[in-house]
Amino acid sequence: MFNLVLGIGIILVLFILFMLFRIGTMVSIIRKKKDEDESKGSDSLNGALFLIFLIVGFTLFFWYSYTYFDDYTQPVASEHGVLTDRLFWITMGVTGVVFIITNILLFYFSFAYQHKEGRKAKFYPDNTKLELMWTVVPAIVLSVLVFTGLQAWNDITSEASADAEVVEIMGYQFAWGVRYPGVKDNALGDYHYQLIDASNQFGMDLTDDNAYDDFMPREIHIPKGKEILFKIRARDVLHSVYAPHFRLKMDAVPGMPTHFKFTATKTTEEMRAELNNPDFNYEIACAEVCGRGHFSMKMIVVVEEQEAFEKWKAEQVPWLRLNAEYLDRVPEDKKELAMIKAGIETDQKQTLEASL
Amino acid sequence: MATADIHVEEHVHHDDHGHDHEHHDNFWTKYIFTQDHKVIAKQFLITGIFWALLGGMLSVIFRLQLGFPGMELEWLRPILGKWITPEGKLDPEFYLALVTMHGTIMVFFVLTAGLSGTFSNFLIPLQIGARDMASGFMNMLSYWFFFISSVIMFVSLFLETGPAAGGWVIYPPLSALPQAISGSQMGMTLWLIAMALFIVSTLLGGINYITTVINMRTNGMSFARLPLTIWAFFLTAIIGLLSFPVLFSAALLLIFDRSFGTSFYLSDIYIGGEALPNQGGSPILFQHLFWFLGHPEVYIVLLPALGITSEVIATNARKPIFGYKAMVGSMLFIAILSFIVWAHHMFVTGMNPFLGSIFMLLTLIIAVPSAVKVFNYLTTLWQGDIRFTPGMLFSIGLVSFFISGGLTGIFLGNSAIDIQLHDTYFVVAHFHLVMGSASFFGMMAGIYHWFPKMFGRMIDAKLGYLHFWLTFIGVYMVFFPMHYIGIAGFPRRYYSFTNFDAFNSFTDLNSFISIAAVVTMGAQFIFLFNFFYSMFRGRKATANPWRSNTLEWTTPVNPGHGNWPGEIPTVYRWPYDYSKPGAKEDFIPQTVPYSETPESNLPHENELVKLEAEGSDEAIVVDEPKS
Repeated sequence: MFNLVLGIGIILVLFILFMLFRIGTMVSIIRKKKDEDESKGSDSLNGALFLIFLIVGFTLFFWYSYTYFDDYTQPVASEHGVLTDRLFWITMGVTGVVFIITNILLFYFSFAYQHKEGRKAKFYPDNTKLELMWTVVPAIVLSVLVFTGLQAWNDITSEASADAEVVEIMGYQFAWGVRYPGVKDNALGDYHYQLIDASNQFGMDLTDDNAYDDFMPREIHIPKGKEILFKIRARDVLHSVYAPHFRLKMDAVPGMPTHFKFTATKTTEEMRAELNNPDFNYEIACAEVCGRGHFSMKMIVVVEEQEAFEKWKAEQVPWLRLNAEYLDRVPEDKKELAMIKAGIETDQKQTLEASL
Repeated sequence: MATADIHVEEHVHHDDHGHDHEHHDNFWTKYIFTQDHKVIAKQFLITGIFWALLGGMLSVIFRLQLGFPGMELEWLRPILGKWITPEGKLDPEFYLALVTMHGTIMVFFVLTAGLSGTFSNFLIPLQIGARDMASGFMNMLSYWFFFISSVIMFVSLFLETGPAAGGWVIYPPLSALPQAISGSQMGMTLWLIAMALFIVSTLLGGINYITTVINMRTNGMSFARLPLTIWAFFLTAIIGLLSFPVLFSAALLLIFDRSFGTSFYLSDIYIGGEALPNQGGSPILFQHLFWFLGHPEVYIVLLPALGITSEVIATNARKPIFGYKAMVGSMLFIAILSFIVWAHHMFVTGMNPFLGSIFMLLTLIIAVPSAVKVFNYLTTLWQGDIRFTPGMLFSIGLVSFFISGGLTGIFLGNSAIDIQLHDTYFVVAHFHLVMGSASFFGMMAGIYHWFPKMFGRMIDAKLGYLHFWLTFIGVYMVFFPMHYIGIAGFPRRYYSFTNFDAFNSFTDLNSFISIAAVVTMGAQFIFLFNFFYSMFRGRKATANPWRSNTLEWTTPVNPGHGNWPGEIPTVYRWPYDYSKPGAKEDFIPQTVPYSETPESNLPHENELVKLEAEGSDEAIVVDEPKS
């Protein structure tokens, strides 16, 4: 019933609008005979509207940009992030000036040179000097921007140092998995996608010595002030590791491992204090559409001081110890090593250790 | 001389052709399987408008979800059926399907076929002085391939598993694996088939546009005298001809991967509890192939709009377009550069960072010709005598969007800055302004400006103003706030932001955007009414209502097949002699010889008077033996 009333109401309103339009057309036909006259009033109206649009638009732009600055800028917590943020705001300055000047000219010209009785346009087909100038000046400005951008880009994408803290992140539908090299060998074990199963989410190759002490925590922990190398891969479709506060983004590609290095500059606690938000957490999101749960691929990153991080790392339990049944897949001659690295307690362990 | 002969033959041929058909044109040959470029243009236009409405509607639905996440959408169930969850919410997978189809429809079906298809078809023969396209039959095929493609794409919307949902860029493996998302089942197959047909349509059209512009210009219509619209359509067609086949091959390999077990794009995949046998492929390969079209596509969409704007601004500012040569040069430069910047869409895909540096350099170079175009538009307006026709308003709006959206490209083209901004709302704001809205405004400017030529009637100006102001303000209200959301780092294609503390703000701004989007969409119905009402009931148009110089306004008010009833006019001058000092009127059509305007000729043009006389002799000599 309500829908019917609504429908009739809409039809009625549309009909009234149509009648108004018809009446307006009739009146204008009766009032003005010549086509010329018709544009007269509209020229000044449209010209004025352009000027009003310019003023109101810029007012809103400046007001919002100033008032809500803290809301639309994410705090930055990485070394390169400070750099790219600076580049961002330099570019904003340069383009902002151009934006303001050109829009003012556009709308002001539209207003100022609107058609008036007796006005004649200036025949001005070209001016080589002028055109050369506004080709060369943007070219120079852009060269400067390109140059600074290139420097930053080269730094960010350069090789990570050998002692960087390595964390492997794997995207899958719809979550992130994390793997750390264990404290014993400090190296990630090999993997192969065909070895993946319900427990062995990473497809770890248990014939590789380095795999035995690898562990997979539920959160990422990283030390502050030390270079971190994210080794990134995907298991099913494309994903993209996106950590907004670290200004970090890198696609996770099945079959093609990628990486991103960075250095965090503020611990989670420091950031909580800075933002006055005790619930703050660094987050990783997915930035490449990956299916139904794309919007929910969250992973918490905890940044802590070096000592706290070392302590946390030492407390983590290797995957193999949690999944001891996988010991079957370890080659016979490596079993002892695997048990030691994974910290699996058995009666034999003591004797083995002694013999080693 | 050889070219001159062909030229004449074509004319003769088309004359016959025109006469042949005038006698037995029935409904089918006149409106459906027509070979008249003007009717084909209208077919493209109407189909484009249909798609624009649909694409707009889809965006309104997902804007409701984004602006009002908790909103009860039960009332959409009659239309969307099971895509509304039992709780009355939009299904997250269907949300992805909506953004995917919105993108596909707008980029390809509206702004490529609807814009280029309409105006290249309509204006090329009329503005260069030709009876029709080089091949009317191919032109007809071009539309009907587009039509079939449209039907298939439309059908895919109603599949039980939904239409394609992996984003309009259809990156594999998501688009290749039916188990990854339901949209990658039948929906993706139909998407690929529809796009393959679409590409055939574009190529048939493009070959025709290029051939027609090169071979069928009337006497005196040298390349240097072509209106900028034609330059734009010409270059657009060349870009399309070179880049669309690459998309075709990308799509073909994807079809192989999906249906025949190949591994072009697939490697090392474990999904749905099993490891797939595919190895050795690369998803990055697809991205390279896709963006090799995808980036030129931006200019395929934009250049025609810029061409139309150049023409409309010059006519309505009553001034020659400033720096004609620079305008042509910058379009040429943009066309070339558009092929070597594609990987700026891929800075963070894991491709070699060195490649990133090269593409960053090339990308930022493309800003230079774009800047030149903006400055030239501004100078054209300066000291003009501006008539605010609806077409002119939309053109000015286009320039504003082109500036606002173009400048943000300088951020995104910078790979270091792009790390943070990539795939955020900043990108959404950027391309919706510079490519989406600017091209849409170019299309609207074209429709308002050439409506009298298309339908012989005037489109109502007042409703046009209302349409413009609502849309112009609306578009800025929708897309300007997205910059803030983007700077805050909100990722695109997110069904909701509540899962993340980092993105758990801006609900007010998102609601604002959604309301603005609904209002803007609503304003398009004013246009729709105006368009169809004026087509039948509008004021009768005069032959040259905008007092324009170009050739199309020398045809009768309702030109028949063949365009000019008598001989095709000869061209003597460039199309931008507006407000020439000394001239009686503020415009001198291209068909007026310099010998008739001694009062306004510039010194070097007086030299041409002599050549004109010789030229006309030559024309007679060539014409005589043939006719």
